[in-house]
Order: sequence, then structure tokens, then C-alpha cells
Amino acid sequence: MKTYNVNEKGYYGEFGGAYIPEMLYPNVEELRQNYLKIMAEPEFQKEFNQLLKDYVGRPSPLYFAKRLSEKYNTKIYLKREDLNHTGAHKINNTIGQILMAKRLGKHRIIAETGAGQHGVATATVCALMGLECIVYMGEIDIARQAPNVARMKMLGAKVIPALSGSRTLKDATNEAIRDWINNPVDTHYIIGSVVGPHPYPDMVARFQSIVSEEIQWQLKKHEGKTKPDYVIACVGGGSNAAGAYYYFLDYDEVKLIAVEAAGLGIDSGESAATSVLGKEGIIHGSKTLLMQTNDGQIIEPYSISAGLDYPGVGPMHAHLYTSGRAEFISITDSEAMKAGLELCQLEGIIPAIESAHALAIFEQKTFKPDDIVVVSLSGRGDKDLETYINHFSL
Amino acid sequence: MNRINQKLQQDKKLLSIYFTAGYPNLNDTVTIIQNLEKSGVDMIEIGLPFSDPLADGPTIQASSAQALKNGMTTNLLFEQLKDIRKTVKIPLLIMGYFNPILQYGVEAFCKRCNEIGIDGLIIPDLPVDVYNEEYKMTFEKYGLINVFLITPQTSEERIRYIDSISNGFIYMVSSASVTGSQTGFGKEQTDYFKRIADMTLNNPQIVGFGISNNKTFTQATQHTKGAIIGSAFIKHLSKNCVDTIDGFVKSIEK
Repeated sequence: MKTYNVNEKGYYGEFGGAYIPEMLYPNVEELRQNYLKIMAEPEFQKEFNQLLKDYVGRPSPLYFAKRLSEKYNTKIYLKREDLNHTGAHKINNTIGQILMAKRLGKHRIIAETGAGQHGVATATVCALMGLECIVYMGEIDIARQAPNVARMKMLGAKVIPALSGSRTLKDATNEAIRDWINNPVDTHYIIGSVVGPHPYPDMVARFQSIVSEEIQWQLKKHEGKTKPDYVIACVGGGSNAAGAYYYFLDYDEVKLIAVEAAGLGIDSGESAATSVLGKEGIIHGSKTLLMQTNDGQIIEPYSISAGLDYPGVGPMHAHLYTSGRAEFISITDSEAMKAGLELCQLEGIIPAIESAHALAIFEQKTFKPDDIVVVSLSGRGDKDLETYINHFSL
Repeated sequence: MNRINQKLQQDKKLLSIYFTAGYPNLNDTVTIIQNLEKSGVDMIEIGLPFSDPLADGPTIQASSAQALKNGMTTNLLFEQLKDIRKTVKIPLLIMGYFNPILQYGVEAFCKRCNEIGIDGLIIPDLPVDVYNEEYKMTFEKYGLINVFLITPQTSEERIRYIDSISNGFIYMVSSASVTGSQTGFGKEQTDYFKRIADMTLNNPQIVGFGISNNKTFTQATQHTKGAIIGSAFIKHLSKNCVDTIDGFVKSIEK
């Protein structure tokens, strides 16, 4: 049977695998051998679900956006991950991974972060569990995301600037991987997206799959059916999309749309639209689509949204793209900002700029009046106020 | 017989030097190789620079970034090396990350190496299984030895597996670290060197990571066939011109 999930060797079609230096092999192999077993333990499930409910505030609402639906003459539901504790879907994964780390006997946690959302979500669960937390963040991102840096510090995390390369997310990830090489025994690396060596993309997708699990029964209540016609999500690395798609992957009648950041435009040289601009290669231990020179050097992406500013895409999404299972659409900075403001004014919700990219789809694509369209509202826009202020001269 | 295998048969501790191609200056590659051979170095690892060298510390990262800024590319490196065998006899390996090689085309890359007279490759992020299943035949077709890494955390079973598919030497990473981060070896490391030596593997071991001077070279080679110096040599090049290579090498082997 055709499947869009990972195979036993850690590949999605031709993408994925674990292209890692031998120094990382024992850690990654330990995780690979144990992650499914641990996730299947009733005790693990119980603790994970309890925390998602009482601490994160799940289930997150599936909200029928009436005025937005009227404007675009279709039925739009918003999956409100923005209402989670810490303000985005990221915490679903960090809760899962911190419980995983504890069961593996690790007491030192490292993470990478771009805008700081995953860093905050990691620092949060480390505080919750009383574990040491080190977050790598590009020096440039530290300067432009001061509130999240302060949050991480308040939560007890140590924030270490990544000084190499472009000093942004890609380099923060490199530094986190180097830390793991240097600390192979006591440390767990909480990757923030469906990227990295197998089993990370699959493990993170499973922790995020709660999103589509809930969509099914919530939609049943609203519409009397479990499957929408469309699921739309933004894709940087792709963790919110992976979660929103997960239980619909093998049902072709549910159309999947991935929205990438076009930045200043696909041909501008300032973009993060990996599906269009990337080709097959290896980044952070995974074979996937990535933006690179002809010589195989990785290119710096650009997007107004720090969460989409990544030169690769998770291997699951590379496969969804090349197989045609998901439609990939690119949205520019200004289209996303406009859609973000529109949601504020029509629905009273200030979205993260990442999520605003997904919302911009309605200006690009026409849906039928009776189509049920679920949009993953992956995060709230509090962190982006300064960008909104500058963009709209508020 | 491959030059690496010939060299490994010599009754001496081998000194291998790594440098990043295109650093400090774009066209230093050939001069550095020639000067290293003249100074008595046994083997050279030519670093193909990569934008995101995951297993390397700040020194090699910085040299790679500078080399790329200088304009180094895979094609240019091959162009610089095309007549290298007219003057240089010692084994030459190319060390680089997998993505640039994948983009060049693995077979095309191996073919070019063969034409130039490259003897082996070290690709830290090419997994053992992927090599064994997909690329081993290609490497062998072009007479290239692929060198695998082991670390203090590598299990005995895996070391034996790696030994079974190696046909040159095993690159023994001295400790859990990226390159250039150690200042000396303690008991933990010398115990590890001895533990591996006692396994009496088919392939000799050469130690890398953390060797920077005569003392660490001597410690590293007590139980092994040789040692590789990378970051310390790059640091030397960053402060001194390529004419001073002889002095650096003599200070290691004195």
C-alpha cells in the first residue's frame, strides 16, 4: 500500500535517513531503538496526555471562522494552536520529548531556536521537569527576538549565541549538533521540527499528530464528518503541517496544501521557498530538498517570518511535494502580513506571521462554497508585534 | 597497491596532516601539499570546504568559511590538483562532507579523484550502511579507500563491522568532541587507544582530533599506527606563511 509515512529504514520515499557523523551514531541509534517502544508505554501515554490537557490546555479549539468564511465564500475552520501554553504548537513536541529524555535517563537538554518559540517551549518543559536547559540561538536572532531571549532566561535556560555562518537558525542547529557530539552520554537534543536524522522527523510528527487527531473528532461535531476537504498549513521545517496532516496523509480525498515563505519573491534572491528553489541534498543529517549552490553549499534563506526562515524542509514534506500528494504554494512577506492583519480585523485573532502565510492562501486560491477548509493557526502573533508595527507603521 | 596501504606497511608511526583547500589563500593548495611532503609528512588530507561542517570546531569552521569566500569550489580543487602526481608521491585523501560530493555526482567525483591520483576519501556524514549498500562498488571501481570513523562510544560490535568493510585504516576519533577542542590526553583516552589496539583489528588505527604537538602525537601513537593533525596546523597557517610548514612538522616529529 502507498504510504506517506516513514518506512522502517527511516525514509519517506527517497528522503530522510540519518546522514550523521559517527560521533552522533550512539545517541541517534539509542533513540531510534527506543522511541516507538517508549511512546507506546501506557504510563508514557498517560503522562503525555495529562500534560497536554492540564498544562498545555488541549484540546485546542477548532473554530469556525464565520466572517472569514463569508468573505471568501467557503467554510473555514481554524485549528487554534495559538491558544496553547507558550503560544504555538511547538509545546506539543517539547512535552513529548522531555518525557522521552527522562525515560532515556538524560538530564541535560539542548535545543536550537530561530525566533525563540521552540526555545521557549523547551525552556518551559525543562523548568517543569527540573532539567538543565541550553538553547542555541543565532547571534542575529538573539538581537531581533529580545523578548523570547528574556523568557528563556526567566525560565532558567542558558541561551548560547551561535556565532558561526549567518548566525541564524541553521547555524544554531549546527551548534546544537556540535554540543551533542561533545556531550554524547548525558544529553538529549530536542529538535524543534520534523527535520534532522531519523528518527527525529517521525518522532516529532507523532508528537504533533495530536493536532489532526483532534481535528477529526472536532470536525465530526461541527460537520458530521471526520475529514475536511482541505488542510492548509505553513511549512518552514514543517512540524505544524506534519501534525495537521498526520491522520489524513493516506486519504487522498483530503487535499493537503503546504504554504512556504516566498520572502521578497521567488526570483528575488531573498526567499525561503524550498520546494521551488531547492534540490535534493543533505542538511542536518537528513536527505531532503534544500536551497544550495550548484556546488552543494547551503544557501541562506530569507523570510520576514523567523519560523519559516530555514533552507530545508522536513523529509516527509519533500516526499509530499515530489509525489504530488501535497500542493505547495509560496506566499510573499507582504501577502502574509496583509492576511495577518485581515484575520485581526475579521476574527479578532492576531496570528503569528508564520500562520499568516497559511491564511494568505485565500487570496491565491478559490474554494467552493461547501468546501471544508481547515487552516492550522500554528501560533499567536504577540512575538511579532514589532514586525507588524514596522510593516504597517502602526 | 594503493599508496595508503603501502604507507601503512612502513615500520614507523605515521603523521598525517589535514588542511582546508583554499585557505589561507585560494591558490595555496599545491604549495601546501608540496611543502608538507618535503617536510616528511606521511599522508595528507585535503579538506573540501563545506558551508555547514557539523563535526568541526571553530578553527576548521572558520578556515572553511574563508576558503569558500576565497572562491574554492569542487571543480577548482580538482583543477588545482590535476598535475599533483607529477611532484607528490605520498598518499593523498580528500576529506569533506557528503552534500558537495552528492551534488558533484558520487561516481563523477570518484572518477575525477582516480584520474588525479587521490587515494582515499573521508566523508564523516556518509553513514556506514549507506556506503556499504550504495557506494562501495563505485569507490572500489576507482581504487579509492573509504575511511570510517570510530569514537570512544562506538560499540565493539560496530567497530568489528566497520573493520570488516574497511580496506585501509580506521580513523579513531580521540574523544567525544568536535575537532580542535582538546588540549591534551588523559588516562581515559590512552585507555581507549589501548582497548582498541587490544582488539587486534584487520585495519590499523590512526588517531585524529586533539593532536597538536609532539607530546600529544607521542601519546596518540603509543598504541596506534599514526595520528592526524588538523586544527593545530590550520592555526599555524593562520599566523604564519606556507614557507614555515617545515618548522611546524619538525616540531611534531622531533
